[in-house]
Formats: sequence, C-alpha cells, structure tokens
Amino acid sequence: MAKLILSVDGQVLKEYNLSKERTLIGRKAHNDIQIDNLAVSGEHAAIITILNDSFIEDLGSTNGTMVNGKPIKKHFLQNNDVVEIGKHKLKYFNDAPAQASAADFEKTMIIRNPAKAAPPPPKPADAGLGETVTNLKPGSDATRPVPAAEQTSPPAPAPKPAPVAEAPKPAAPPPPPAPRAEPEPAPAAAGGTPLREAAIQVLSGAAAGRTLDLTKNLTTIGKPGLQVAVITKRPNGYFITHVEGATYPTLNGASLGAQAHPLNDHDLIEIAGVKMEFFYKP
Amino acid sequence: MNLSQSLQSASLTDPGRVRDHNEDCIESRPEIGLFVLADGMGGYNAGEVASGMATSLIADGLQEEWKPADVQRLSREEAKALSEKLIREQIGRANNAIFTTSQNNPECAGMGTTLVVCLFYDNFMTVAHIGDSRLYRLRGETMEQVTRDHSLLQEQLDSGLITPEEAKLSQNKNLVTRALGIDPTVDAEIHVYETQPDDSYVLCSDGLSDMVEDEEIRLTLITLKQNPNLLVQQLIQAANDNGGRDNISAMLIRVAEPYGVPRGWLARFKALFR
Repeated sequence: MAKLILSVDGQVLKEYNLSKERTLIGRKAHNDIQIDNLAVSGEHAAIITILNDSFIEDLGSTNGTMVNGKPIKKHFLQNNDVVEIGKHKLKYFNDAPAQASAADFEKTMIIRNPAKAAPPPPKPADAGLGETVTNLKPGSDATRPVPAAEQTSPPAPAPKPAPVAEAPKPAAPPPPPAPRAEPEPAPAAAGGTPLREAAIQVLSGAAAGRTLDLTKNLTTIGKPGLQVAVITKRPNGYFITHVEGATYPTLNGASLGAQAHPLNDHDLIEIAGVKMEFFYKP
Repeated sequence: MNLSQSLQSASLTDPGRVRDHNEDCIESRPEIGLFVLADGMGGYNAGEVASGMATSLIADGLQEEWKPADVQRLSREEAKALSEKLIREQIGRANNAIFTTSQNNPECAGMGTTLVVCLFYDNFMTVAHIGDSRLYRLRGETMEQVTRDHSLLQEQLDSGLITPEEAKLSQNKNLVTRALGIDPTVDAEIHVYETQPDDSYVLCSDGLSDMVEDEEIRLTLITLKQNPNLLVQQLIQAANDNGGRDNISAMLIRVAEPYGVPRGWLARFKALFR
C-alpha cells in the first residue's frame, strides 16, 4: 500500500497509509492528515487513490501545494515524490511492485463496477476527480463474488473502495512455481547497457565508400523487390536476417539462409550485388 | 474463394522471459480470413484453459457457420450484418462454456480471458474484442490502434483523469473491465471496417503492447511487412529484449491484394478462370 511520511524541518512526525479512496489534507480537525499550522488551509489538498495509483489535487488553498519544488494543481504521484505544504513535507512511497513478486503483480485481472448496467463514469469536472472510479474489485480470487449479488447491490452514490491494495495472489492452492531460471544469457533488459555503436561501409557499386550508421533498431539494406535484408540492433549485439528476394544475401561468402546471423566486427555482406562491411565504431 | 492468397499472414506466441507457461492462445484460419487471439487470466493454469477454450470454440464455431460459398449470395451489407451476428453468437457460446466450466471445476474458478476476433471478407473486416488485447492497423506510414482497451487505464484516459504520458507510469496497467467467461453474459464490442490493399493488421496481447512502444511496432511493421513470418518473430523478440515480463502473442495479416467478392454473372464467370 502506498504511504505518506509527514515531516517538518527534517523531523518525521507521522506516517499515513493511503488506504482510502480520498484522503484529505488540511488544518481543520476532520482532515485525514491534519497539519495544524496557519500556513495550511482548512481543507488544503486531497489525495485520490485508485488501486495502485495516487493523485494529489490542490483544493484551492491559499498558499498552494508543491510537488518536488513545483507548484501543482493536480499531479500523478510517483514513488519518492515530495509534497510540500508550507514548511511541512509529505514524502510519497509506493513500492507495490516490490511487495508483490513481479510475476504476480502484473497478472491481468478483471475488475467490475457494482452495477454492470451502470453507464460509464461521467466526465468529471476538474473538482470531481474522486468520483471517477469506485468500488473496484479484483475478480481473480478463488471465492469469486456471486455476480448476481454484485449486480443487485444498490448503485450507491459513493461506495467505499474495496480493499484491494494487497498484492493479488493466484487463486488455486498449489503455490506458484518459482520464476523460470534465466533460459539464456540475459539480454540487458529494459534500460540496460547501451550497445556499442556500429556502422556498415559500402565497398562496391555506385555508392562505394559511403557509410551508414546503425542507429535504429531495424535498418534495412539492399534493393526493394530484389533482395533486402534487415540488421537488427539488440541488447546482445547486431544481427542480420534475410527479408525478401528469391535468393539470400551472403555473409563472409556463405548464404544467409532464412535464419538470423550475429554480425562480428569486419564481417563482409554481399546483397543485391553490392559488397559492404560491418564494423564497430571506435 | 481461398483468402490465404490475398491475405498474407503469420502468427507466433511465446511465454516471454518471466512466466513459466503461456496463457495466451492464438488460432488462425487463413483460408476463410479468420484470426482469433486470447489472453487468459486467473487461477493456477486456468488462464490457459479459458484462452484455449475461447480460441478453439470460436474458430471452430465460425468455420462451421460462416460459409463463404453461401455468404456470396448475400449483398455486401447483408454479409456484414451476418458476420457481426455470427461472431456475437459464437462469443456468447464460448462465454457460456467457459463460465460453466469455471463454475463446475474449483480449480478453474474465476478464470477468464481477453479476446480479439478478426474476420476478413469482401474487402472488409469485422472485429470483435473484449479486454485489453489489441488490434493495430498500419496504413501507409500511419499506425492506429483499432480497438480500444476495456481497461481501468483506458477509462481514466477517457475521463481525462490522466494523460497518455502519465498512463505509461501507471501501476494499474493490468486491470481489465471486461473479460470473456467470468459472468453469465458478456458484452463484446464489434465493429466493421473497410480494408485497403497494403494495409497491415496486428492482433496482439498486452505482453507486446506493454513491452514495446507503439512507435517501435510501427517502424517494425513498415520495415518488415514484406516478410510476415520475420515480422512477428521480430515483434516478439523486441518484447523479450525489453524484459518479456508477460506472455507475448502477435498475429499479422497483410492485405496483399483486394479480396472483393465477384458480383454479377459476368464477374462470377470470370472468377471461375482466375
């Protein structure tokens, strides 16, 4: 569950779990997060929490709300954001993905609205942020709710949000198997080390001497309609694959066939009668 | 009339790099222009039961009911209406079967699946979808998402609660608002679209659309559309290179030439000798 840690001048005052759909912040006593300071408006800001996402909205306060040093009207909170209200700071923590195992967390689930026939949520006015989605429920638990009961439940104007912040667990008794061991040398997954820059140089034909930098993930070479190959840039290197044409291009004199081939420094490619060389840039 | 000449197609599904089994299921009948993709959810292994039932029941059911030789006697508008009706019926039938199975088998309780169905005929395509599996279209250099996800995130986008940029950071990506097989009835969204020669269509599960940016999918389509098999391999490889956190499925259909149904006696007579 996401939480906020309230501090002033570096001193931690209190920790709040964002368990409610709408968490009010302000000076007056009825606020969920009360900050008793004259710089804070009576109702200063609200945090809307929809399952794993939280949004903060300034409620027209006198002195404004800042997130990470910038004044905001509405803001989609991200892990480690710092909300400033006067001298008070609220740090936002949302480590839901870390709490659930990656495999569990991203499993697709169904949610339903209480009345299936209800029209889609109306377009909210700016202030109506909180009313958009209510009463969400993951449908993957074993004791799935009886649909009839759900459908007959009165479409109350503001139903309480269902407790859904816990990591969803698979329904059946057998424990989920451990994530598969890495099947092959792991590619530098999302955001990994950038691959070394490479290029090809044309060695023969009219364009001899020209070089082509391989900056895109896919670069095609050859003559469309006659013979085309693609060079793919992947985390674990560059690969060449035949795309179209009755005959295959050659790599170091050998036919490419239909398979992808890894490219090594100074490999020679011949395609549509033109020779070219692949090389890593210094 | 066999559509597999006019419609070049290729399909591939892959468990990805994290999951140990594949809950996606794909089924294609290129000769009648039918392509079905489903991404199952819920329970231990039950997701693949739901997606497997959905694809095979719908593909078999439509192959049984949709007879191009008979449909040919109908006007184009009648054919469109019939395709919608039959697809809706078959989806209802599959929904019933999955729902009943989940009610009667505790190990399947709560299972469900997303769905995309594409049926090509006479230069049009009838598309049905439920949940967050998608259909994209490349026409010229422009790629568009044809289906609109039935997901919490899409509802938030529609209501203006979050921007498309913010949506990429959302942690609610995995929540669908509609699924096949979880309730006694299901509301499939069905539309008919005109197709054009050289259009390329991609059906995919969220394992592709969540892992690979739309722009990269677009460039891949433009670059490799001449080679459908390589194209789907490349899409799945790109999703795996980016982490492959979910099962990945992609089905590509490229309209290589018009596939209009000959009308009038002369056109039909000529068609005999094509």
